[in-house]
Amino acid sequence: MTVEEKQLETTRRPEPGDAPAVIAPGQTFGAVTAQISSVPLLRRTIPPLWYIAVAIGLALVLIFLVTVSYLFGTGVGILGLQIPVAWGYPITTFVWWIGIGHAGTLISAFLLLLNQPWRSSINRFAEAMTIFAVICAGMFPILHLGRPWVAYWILPYPNTMTIQPQFRSPLVWDVFAVSTYFTVSLLFWYLGMIPDLATLRDQSKNRFSYAFYGILSWGWRGASRHWRLHETASLLLAGLATPLVLSVHTVVSFDFTIAILPGWHSTIFPPYFVAGAIYSGFAMVLVLMLPIRAAFGLDNLITERHINNCAKLMLTTGLILAYTYAIEPFTAWYSGDQFEIALVHNRAFGPHAWTYWGVILCNVLIPQLLWIRRFRVRTKPLFAISVVILYGMWLERYMIIITSLHRDFLPSAWANFIATVWDNFLVFGSIGVFIVLFALFVRFLPMISMYEVRELLPFSRPGGGSEK
Amino acid sequence: MKQDFIPLEALRANKPGPANTAVLKATGREPSSPRYWRSLEELSGAKLPEREPDGEPDFAAKLSEKSRRRFLELMGASLGLAGLTACTRQPTEFIVPYAQPPENAIPGRPMHFATAVPVDGIAQGVIVETHLGRPTKVEGNPAHPSSLGATSVLSQSSVLDLYDPDRARVVTYLGNQRSWDDFINAFHQSAGLLQAGAGLHILTQTVCSPTLGSQLKAVLEALPQAKWHQYHPTGAHSAYSGAQLAFGRPVNTVYRLDRADVILGLDSDFLACGQASTRMAREFAVRRRQGNRLDMNRLYVIESILTSTGGKADHRLPMRWADVEVFARDLAAAIGVKGMAASNNNPHQQWISAVAADLMAHYGASAVIPGDHQSPGLHALAHAINAALGNAGNTVVYTQPLEVQPVDQIASIRDLAGAMDAGQVQLLLILGGNPAYDAPADLDLSNRLKKVRTVFHVSQHFNETSVLCNWHVPETHVFEDWGDARAHDGTVTITQPLIEPFYDAHSHAQVLDVLLQFPPRNSYEILRGYWMGEHTGARGQGPGASGRGAAAGGQRLGASGRGPAAGGQGAAAGGQRLGASQGPEGARGQGPGASQGTDFEFEAWWRKSVHDGLIADSAVAEIKPAIAADLSQLPAPAQRNGIELVFRADPYINGGEYANNGWLQELPRPMTKLTWDNAVHLSPATAKRLGIGDQRVVRLNYRGRKVEGVTWIAPGQPDDSITIHLGYGHTNLGRAANGAGFNAYLLRTSDSPWSGDGLQVEKTGRSFPLATTQMQQTLEGRTLVIEDAVGRYQQDPDFVKHLVDEPEPDTTLYPAWSYTGYLWGMSIDLTACVNCNACVVACQAENNIPVVGKEQILSRRGMHWLRIDTYYKGAAENPQAFYQPVPCMQCEKAPCELVCPVQATQHSSDGLNDMVYNRCIGTRYCSNNCPYKVRRFNFLLFQDWVTDTLKLQRNPDVSVRSRGVMEKCTYCVQRIRQGEIRSADENRYIHDLEVQTACQQACPTQAIVFGDMNQRANRISQLKSEKLNYALLAELNTRPNTTYLAELRNPNPALNAQNGGGRG
Repeated sequence: MTVEEKQLETTRRPEPGDAPAVIAPGQTFGAVTAQISSVPLLRRTIPPLWYIAVAIGLALVLIFLVTVSYLFGTGVGILGLQIPVAWGYPITTFVWWIGIGHAGTLISAFLLLLNQPWRSSINRFAEAMTIFAVICAGMFPILHLGRPWVAYWILPYPNTMTIQPQFRSPLVWDVFAVSTYFTVSLLFWYLGMIPDLATLRDQSKNRFSYAFYGILSWGWRGASRHWRLHETASLLLAGLATPLVLSVHTVVSFDFTIAILPGWHSTIFPPYFVAGAIYSGFAMVLVLMLPIRAAFGLDNLITERHINNCAKLMLTTGLILAYTYAIEPFTAWYSGDQFEIALVHNRAFGPHAWTYWGVILCNVLIPQLLWIRRFRVRTKPLFAISVVILYGMWLERYMIIITSLHRDFLPSAWANFIATVWDNFLVFGSIGVFIVLFALFVRFLPMISMYEVRELLPFSRPGGGSEK
Repeated sequence: MKQDFIPLEALRANKPGPANTAVLKATGREPSSPRYWRSLEELSGAKLPEREPDGEPDFAAKLSEKSRRRFLELMGASLGLAGLTACTRQPTEFIVPYAQPPENAIPGRPMHFATAVPVDGIAQGVIVETHLGRPTKVEGNPAHPSSLGATSVLSQSSVLDLYDPDRARVVTYLGNQRSWDDFINAFHQSAGLLQAGAGLHILTQTVCSPTLGSQLKAVLEALPQAKWHQYHPTGAHSAYSGAQLAFGRPVNTVYRLDRADVILGLDSDFLACGQASTRMAREFAVRRRQGNRLDMNRLYVIESILTSTGGKADHRLPMRWADVEVFARDLAAAIGVKGMAASNNNPHQQWISAVAADLMAHYGASAVIPGDHQSPGLHALAHAINAALGNAGNTVVYTQPLEVQPVDQIASIRDLAGAMDAGQVQLLLILGGNPAYDAPADLDLSNRLKKVRTVFHVSQHFNETSVLCNWHVPETHVFEDWGDARAHDGTVTITQPLIEPFYDAHSHAQVLDVLLQFPPRNSYEILRGYWMGEHTGARGQGPGASGRGAAAGGQRLGASGRGPAAGGQGAAAGGQRLGASQGPEGARGQGPGASQGTDFEFEAWWRKSVHDGLIADSAVAEIKPAIAADLSQLPAPAQRNGIELVFRADPYINGGEYANNGWLQELPRPMTKLTWDNAVHLSPATAKRLGIGDQRVVRLNYRGRKVEGVTWIAPGQPDDSITIHLGYGHTNLGRAANGAGFNAYLLRTSDSPWSGDGLQVEKTGRSFPLATTQMQQTLEGRTLVIEDAVGRYQQDPDFVKHLVDEPEPDTTLYPAWSYTGYLWGMSIDLTACVNCNACVVACQAENNIPVVGKEQILSRRGMHWLRIDTYYKGAAENPQAFYQPVPCMQCEKAPCELVCPVQATQHSSDGLNDMVYNRCIGTRYCSNNCPYKVRRFNFLLFQDWVTDTLKLQRNPDVSVRSRGVMEKCTYCVQRIRQGEIRSADENRYIHDLEVQTACQQACPTQAIVFGDMNQRANRISQLKSEKLNYALLAELNTRPNTTYLAELRNPNPALNAQNGGGRG
């Protein structure tokens, strides 16, 4: 019996119980490697959906570049920003993108520490999603600045002015939180990819890809010492990244809670934001995963169980979010503070009431469908629900920022906020950036961790797959 | 420049003479060609250093082929470096020191000169700050009766008119450029063809200037057939006619509100409109705060549109324009004016009896003030009521009219139109104004002007009238030439030039002088010649040589850095200060002749008068006219049907003459907070009845004339009464004026200049956005403006404390900062604020605040550092109004400071919340965290970096902010620092009230007080310890250094009960 046959033998065993497997039966090491590595290495395996995505993405990138050029040339006045609503679409979108990143880290680091094997087939592109989402997010605070060319003043660096950032400002914490997050995520993602890059190097059919993957894989030979160090580093980085899942969005929420503005100044914001971040992150994971799975035929590696688990996590975090939505009016009422009460009233019944009810609809009501198994495992409804949640989460940040600012303490300063076409171009442009980056990733890097999926195969278990 | 270098004096077109002509001929230059200049050197003609012929022009060409690579290297490096310089590129400028500095000019230190700003003939005395010859800021003249140190909005904004880039620049004939000499020749010849002036008509605005008046009289004497017409669209026409009705003669009315316990305003916005309002508001506020605020005056206002004065009133009654006269009749009857019978069916009978009782209880100490927009009958009735109440001579003082020749201006312009029709007008000289735009529509002057053979027009802008005239001469701004003007009480100010005329501009006096002598004298000669004649008669009263001594010392408070007699001498040198190479200086250089120079007594009087900004004891004589007519014979106002239309002058751009002033266009109208547009004001009930929404385009069909306007549903507007403001809808005035609003003059006819009925409002179905700076004018139940009746304060002096929830001082983790030096603070008295907005425009002038335009106001990006929040309370038909000026509060625990990531906003050691523009990167977090929303952000490049003239206006002590940075009120930190330097030089603390903020200095009512709170004896410390003192949003624990004194009102208990508490 060849090794191949032996592997098939172990996977052919019927599954006890009705829980879907993490990996569909009938996989071998070779088959997994060939299936995943074929995308970066073989041109013919690219589905038309990829080209469509790149076309749309590049078109949006073009819009983005035009908008950014105009923005830098003319000033932030081209956006709908004003006094009192001095933060608008850019910050809304910044928080949205940062939140989306969180699911990737949660899947790759948090679930690694919790020893959840199902994460293996989705963690790679979830991490990629994190990286690209943070890139998109990181652009917005700079785009939003009045003088973006001096954005670096926010960094502590020795300078002739002998002036340092002001460490009491949450915006400075933001810089540290987001840049740490980006660094750790990037390292973790890249470190995890090295064995697979080496695989691609070894499988490569031409000099160019051999050189490309060869350089990227840092001379990985698969020696047991390599594996041991790799394992240790991964665990360490996972240990570093796990608190970041909680801390980054906590710090982002400080941008709001430190302010004295009603609607921002609230102690519930850190858990509220973290839950919301993971919520939107899983929605984005599903929005990316479902089409890719269909387009690249990855049903055998990303099974119903993954989808179901993601949906369940989404439902859980959504319920946490619903709780905070419910607690906000209560806190306002309980505080007896006239400004807080006015804010809650304004959110629900003011000129931007549609955002409040839109948020309730998108983030609380529609996701309740996920209690029904059919909506968790059938891809089309789940995809639709995920898109609705993504929109709902963007709307939530819009609501938090706009409705708090546009009517604060002095009625004389009240105003209405109207976004301009450039605001929308920026948001959709950044989505284009994300699509293009993600498409490039899918095309040129192993989108599913080959070695980790191989570990999932029963054959790789001690005893050669004698137990499940 | 190097060949045709012309000395400045040669180019002084108002000094033609053989020598000059020779110079001009020699240079082959037309004397009055437009001169655009980019530096003071170029203007003054100073010779710039010659550039070496083989200097740097072609750097690359000088390199040998061998060094081509080196060149490319350098190019590459400089390209790289160019990238590092980011987005600003400074043009090359030469810094050239004065070879012969003007006397007393110290670069970096401003000089101050007294002059006056006339508005339709009535002047307010001001002191203008100049920086190296550039007038930058207008302050009030404390010695001047119309100013008392404060300024009106129009005085403040006059400095921008000077720098208006759209001013006419050259003399034109049929649109083609001509010289001043061409003009005087043409004018002289045209006038010479007429027999004794037959066919010559002169149209002026209201003439109160003694010199111009004497010239006009001299012209009429020399040319007896000539005719003089006066017309100003928003002049006091009704006051003239009303005085004729009541007294049979014109009078000037001066109100002494400091003596008035009860004031009744009859459709008069006397606290905020007109150059006399500054004085009246001061007197009103002083009287209102009398006796620790317990002995408060009482103000009743009846008006046809909600004004600042009405909002300030203790009792206000909205009333249709036509009903105000009916009300006055019944009031006169109730008071017992002889011959008046009550109509007995007045719906406001309770009001009438209450007001009459209150007025009669204060015999001789009340005042009834009719509005300039009201009917002549109302003015006559007001005179009668004031006489019956014993006010005449006490609170209402009559003087000889200020006008040189008071006329019924409507009749006067009608006469002119009639003469045009009859073909009698051969030659028309229009001195100022814009009759084709603002004359009554039925006279159709723009078409009638075509019947006149030759029309000469002198005005600052090439406006709607100028295009119809043969000749146009640019008019000097009041800061550019010599002249004189009268205050509301007749006090004369010699207006002195502060800067050389920018363009080929000439004063009215100079143009008129062509008719008297040829070639004409310049303004200085005319003015001095006139006053020399006048003064001879009054030599006995002359101030004598001691006047010299008075010239010493500062005119502006604490401006002790200035040398003695700086004002007087600098004044005479005013027109020449720019020229470093000037030889003769001062009055001697321009004087009419050596013979007068020997008259020391006159010279001393002249210098003192010019220096002080007023001629002592020059107020017109008080008179005691008797009511001549039996007012019962007054025709009763016709019953009005349907909707009435009321015309009013705009509170800022007046009749339209200031429409091209960006500051005024963008200054929020006091009650509506509208900018950049006029509107069709109608009451909520009328709007509902007509089925018209807010900001909808409607067609006003008024007696067959139609115009389209935009609706504004105005609280406090009487039902079935529509008010529109004049002065908008220009087509050919300038970039700010053109296209703003609609032209209400198209509806205005000479038979009913202020109001009429028969208005049809037609819907068009279109809407049009109006830009307002305050969208929410309700208080939303928040304790922001604290106010109560004075009686309540008397009973419970601590009532403010009960309303404010101020946290204990120790609710903080950090130790308090101890201020050992200065601790600056501000107190704003809400009782005194009359919502005139002078502070806002003063702040704009002082702090280089840009004008952003209507689009940006609509986007809520107005840049005013200081705003006056106007709130309404109560029913929309007749709400209570509250005014709250909101500058930066300079919080001790400032929320903005801790959120700025780059430390761009910091607390200073003297209690200021400083803004470091250079450090700001524009996160705008500070604004989000500011509960008062006083921070302003440069979302775009709002400052005009291009227009040269506007650059001259800027205050050199204040940074000009570029795009992307936050800005806000600084408590005029530049003035604090100047005060510190000055006091440090003299080794002392800054005196109380020595440093004044711009808003404080402009405030007519002294509502704003600023000072060092660390000095117990300072005024600010006293105000802060008052029981009425409270901090806005104190519950947030921001500990603002700016606090408010709660507003007290003095409602009439009798009226209060009747009104059911609806008012007060």
